[in-house]
Amino acid sequence: MKSANARTATHKMRISTGEKVFNVFNVCIMLILMAIILIPIIHVVAASFSDSSLYASHEGLLFWPLNFSLSAYQAVLKNKNILTGYMNTIFIVVVGTSINLIMTLIAAYVLSRKKFMMQNVMMMLIVFSMYFNGGMIPSYLVVKGVGLNNSIWALIIPAAINTYNLIIMRTAMTAVPASLEESAMLDGANHWTILWRIMVPLVKPTIAVICLYYAVAHWNSWFSAMLYIRDRDHYPLQLILREILIQNDTTAMTAGAADDSYLLSETIQYATIVVATVPILCVYPFVQKYFVKGVMIGAVKE
Amino acid sequence: MKKNKTSDGAGTAVTIKKPFRERLAYDLKHNWMLYLMILPVVLYYLVFKFGPMFGLSIAFMDYKPVRGFFRSTFVGQKHFKNFFTDYYFGRLLINTIRISLFDLLTFPAPILLALLLNELRSPKFAKITQNITYMPHFLSTVVICGIVVKLTASNGGITTILNSLSGVKNDSLLNHSGNFLPVYILSGLWQTLGWNSIIYLAALAGINQELYDAAKVDGANRFEQVLHVTLPGIAPTIIVMLILKMGKIFDVGYEKILLLYNPMTYDVADVINTFVYRKGLLEAQYSYSTAVGLFNSLVCFVLVMLTNKLTKKLSGMGLW
Repeated sequence: MKSANARTATHKMRISTGEKVFNVFNVCIMLILMAIILIPIIHVVAASFSDSSLYASHEGLLFWPLNFSLSAYQAVLKNKNILTGYMNTIFIVVVGTSINLIMTLIAAYVLSRKKFMMQNVMMMLIVFSMYFNGGMIPSYLVVKGVGLNNSIWALIIPAAINTYNLIIMRTAMTAVPASLEESAMLDGANHWTILWRIMVPLVKPTIAVICLYYAVAHWNSWFSAMLYIRDRDHYPLQLILREILIQNDTTAMTAGAADDSYLLSETIQYATIVVATVPILCVYPFVQKYFVKGVMIGAVKE
Repeated sequence: MKKNKTSDGAGTAVTIKKPFRERLAYDLKHNWMLYLMILPVVLYYLVFKFGPMFGLSIAFMDYKPVRGFFRSTFVGQKHFKNFFTDYYFGRLLINTIRISLFDLLTFPAPILLALLLNELRSPKFAKITQNITYMPHFLSTVVICGIVVKLTASNGGITTILNSLSGVKNDSLLNHSGNFLPVYILSGLWQTLGWNSIIYLAALAGINQELYDAAKVDGANRFEQVLHVTLPGIAPTIIVMLILKMGKIFDVGYEKILLLYNPMTYDVADVINTFVYRKGLLEAQYSYSTAVGLFNSLVCFVLVMLTNKLTKKLSGMGLW
């Protein structure tokens, strides 16, 4: 199956039939792959807009709502647990990501200053901690020992810096020419001013990337909450979701609620999934390229 | 950094490294602000990353929370011995290894996807495919497992399809041990296939175009180009990713298993980390579960070292 003449290699090549078949085959595979990715999502969305009693007797995949109805969403929005979960998660995302950014920026700045004597030693130790850590139980004991047990801050402070993101940010900062820092110092600026007035505007794209990494991580996290938080009022959204979807434990939720919220029907569960994921999926198309860029920066470092 | 320069005999100047304490004092005086700024960061790492490492010592003690670290009795290897003779030890080990091995089998899938994406004629179509396949990565574990549980329930979409294919009416898939592994692996693939291909796509973009041209001049068709130019070009990336993945063999992600397993599938789904969770956090056997976790980490470490040595021997490239 040789391709066209070598002499015409730089011009349009005559494509052999073998190649044509392959191209078609390739496109088909991609289409099937996309279908496989999308079908469960379509099912979830379609089910969430369906009438609950019709869905209960339905078997199999849905591609379109059964008797379009918004009842599931109404039930979701009335559910107090979901609303508090949402509030808690938003708090965690906003406050957590802010702290993440401040800490990571400071750390990356200091660790990227070549004149800083302890730079290499600290970097080695920090990278070491990325690969080896104490494990689940010792970490749990430390957080408890520090007094963060049953506090929403247990989800924010122990996660203050992600080493991988720190490395990305530091790499971006080392790319900034040292002459900028030097001339600023000549003008009488100290490190604090340089960081916030000069460095930060220059690494804005990278800040966007790790901001998104942190935010998504906070939004999706549930295990730490399961470990440390006892008050249901402080449960983040994902934990509430877990109760609804996987444990199907709705008994704790129905306190005070009347009528048919006793049986959290399937459609309500689907609507909850949609409501919990919609923010991410809305933001996703716009920020997706930043995420990809972040992976590439990290990959280049490797 | 002041380096040592030995005299070369021609009488050139010798630079002697100043003693550490002097250099530190100098640095502190001139860069005091940097030290001040990084203080909270250092504290954070000491408390939350290195602190737990010291906490590993409770694996060798009979830790009782009331007595604290320093007054709990030292028992040496008692917990490790208990673990190795535990009734469930064999099962845990087998489950952990089995799940990781099957997960390892999915390793080539993102590479294949990246290669195929690279061969698409239309960049626009490739972009659309990429955008769609990346999406599941952003769904939280809870949502993914929730969807999986729904779709594999007795009236779920996937169960129905399987029913019609095999003619047998199936109970909820996740209630049977035989189904756990496929569900776990395939749902993992669904979530991570697109995202994991990004690294390989980035590596593919870095291959020198001239190599392709040279291959074409030599008469290579597209398939041969892939074999002789593309694959060797991304080989370093593949090796790095492989080593990292091998290092995680024993670190099987317990979050997803915790959400998907139930007592009926414990015999295939229970892995070392879920065991640590149950014993440590639910039954508060802190020392015992820490010992198990430590065993886990040590094995991971050894595996990474071994894989690195192996790949260095076979191909000259390694992680370090």
